Amino acid sequence: MNEKEQEFYSKSEDSKYGKKIHKFTRTKESLIKLFFTLNGVAALIFIILIFIFLFKEGFRALEHIGLLDFLYSYRTAADGTTKTIFEWYPTSDDPRFSLVPLILGTLMTAIPATIISTIFGVAAGIYLSEVANPKWKEFLKPLIELFAGIPTVVIGFIMLVIGASFFNDLLHPDNRLNAFVASIGLSFVIIPVIASLTEDALHSIPNDLRMASYGLGATKWQTISKVILPAAFSGVSASIILGFGRAIGETMIVLMAAGNAANITSNIFLSVRTMTATIAAEMGEVSQGSDHYYSLFFIGIVLFTITFILNLIAEIIINRMRKKNTF
Amino acid sequence: MKEIKIVTKDLNLYYGNKQALKNITLNIPDKRVTAFIGPSGCGKSTFLRVLNRMNDLIDNVRIEGEVSVDGVNIYDKNIDVVNLRKNIGMVFQKSNLFPKTIYENIVYGPKINGINDKKTLNEIVERTCVQSAIWDEVKDRLNENALSLSGGQQQRLCIARALAVEPEIILMDEPASALDPISTAKIEELIHDLKQRYTIVIVTHNMQQAARVSDMTAFFYLGELIEYDRTTKIFTNPSKKQTEDYVTGRFG
Repeated sequence: MNEKEQEFYSKSEDSKYGKKIHKFTRTKESLIKLFFTLNGVAALIFIILIFIFLFKEGFRALEHIGLLDFLYSYRTAADGTTKTIFEWYPTSDDPRFSLVPLILGTLMTAIPATIISTIFGVAAGIYLSEVANPKWKEFLKPLIELFAGIPTVVIGFIMLVIGASFFNDLLHPDNRLNAFVASIGLSFVIIPVIASLTEDALHSIPNDLRMASYGLGATKWQTISKVILPAAFSGVSASIILGFGRAIGETMIVLMAAGNAANITSNIFLSVRTMTATIAAEMGEVSQGSDHYYSLFFIGIVLFTITFILNLIAEIIINRMRKKNTF
Repeated sequence: MKEIKIVTKDLNLYYGNKQALKNITLNIPDKRVTAFIGPSGCGKSTFLRVLNRMNDLIDNVRIEGEVSVDGVNIYDKNIDVVNLRKNIGMVFQKSNLFPKTIYENIVYGPKINGINDKKTLNEIVERTCVQSAIWDEVKDRLNENALSLSGGQQQRLCIARALAVEPEIILMDEPASALDPISTAKIEELIHDLKQRYTIVIVTHNMQQAARVSDMTAFFYLGELIEYDRTTKIFTNPSKKQTEDYVTGRFG
């Protein structure tokens, strides 16, 4: 070390850069870090535990009942002929566990609801993003999103009491409570989902594209239908998929308004029973450890798988869209 | 001087309470290049958008005065704005191609105007691409995504797309400001070719560019038209002190 360097290091005694960190501060910082880490991890662990429980209980149904019995079973009638039957009769002396009527019931409510909600939701999204003036939009969008937060039991109750009677008088359906009434109820929840996400997707399209279209002499409608909607296609379809997932997972509305008869039908005016309503209605009364009990968990697995895949697809589409729109 | 194409008289424009253009009166000649220069915020881009009523799309804009193209007041309340914009093409600062194929981008304008014949559309694509000097680069890849082109190519494709609706006037809002020197040179060459057939109005930050491409130059400052004259005069012997200071780089 030469003289100059010695002089340089000797200054360290009274330098203002040399203050040592207090031990207490260091401990406090690491405790705060630990607290938030634990909370974050705990949430994840609870969810994982729920999955484990669901799958553990659900797969035991396969030991007792068998995968094919969840689709159909054979029964011999009194005259000796053998019939393939698709019935959900878990509490009978001769129990039948076919999920076909329940899956069909779910689709019979979720698909019409998604179609209705796509028409109104996408139209509302277009209105919010492209037509409404900004002040209106600031007022309307939160209002529409608020709709999605109405407790579904309230919507179910309204459909049960008022909606069902209204459509009964108007359309004279086969059953007063039916798939159609339930899908109207579901639409109240899904329209806000689709409208809000469609608005997000359209809003993310750069304004330059609108200017380019207007500059070429396009009308507002031509700009929306030929430039904005195609450019936002992936986002809009993601919103529809998410809405469909919500329709499949929704419980209270279908439990109250769909009639809950496990019909196999393509008639939208007949009662149907969905997977979610089955779990909700029967779980309270099933004896724990019975075949019926495990089969309800198996329905849970089927539901979880369907909604998980739908959400995953939507998530992938939305992520891809985000990447594409960042120039 | 050539025939006059566009006339503005005592044009005032307000964004809310703020006046952005003050008493602009000028005549833009037919089949010539007219450049608008001036520092940022001087109103030159706003004035350009007055000429095809693009400002209508912005809330809170109020316009007073007269703008006439071929003797027709385009701010008359019965004017069909959509038809007006079809006849006045526009090229923007940032290339704003649609996320569609190269071919689809060019035929968008003709298609919304009712041309659906495949053969006619093909002819339009070839003609406009040749005119905008990009045909050799895109003729083999017309069905590729337009956004896969380079920045300079995208901007020339924007010009081709504007030409496809057969406008008589083309407005360019700093068309080369985001481009490298070689692409800029190509755009300038293109502007030079296009003025045989079109009336071109160009906004530019780049004074050398204005000097190179334009026949007439208007200098704007703080919403006012300071001086408007032949480009050679503006750059060699301006009559106003402010213009001289700006073009010689003393302020701005």
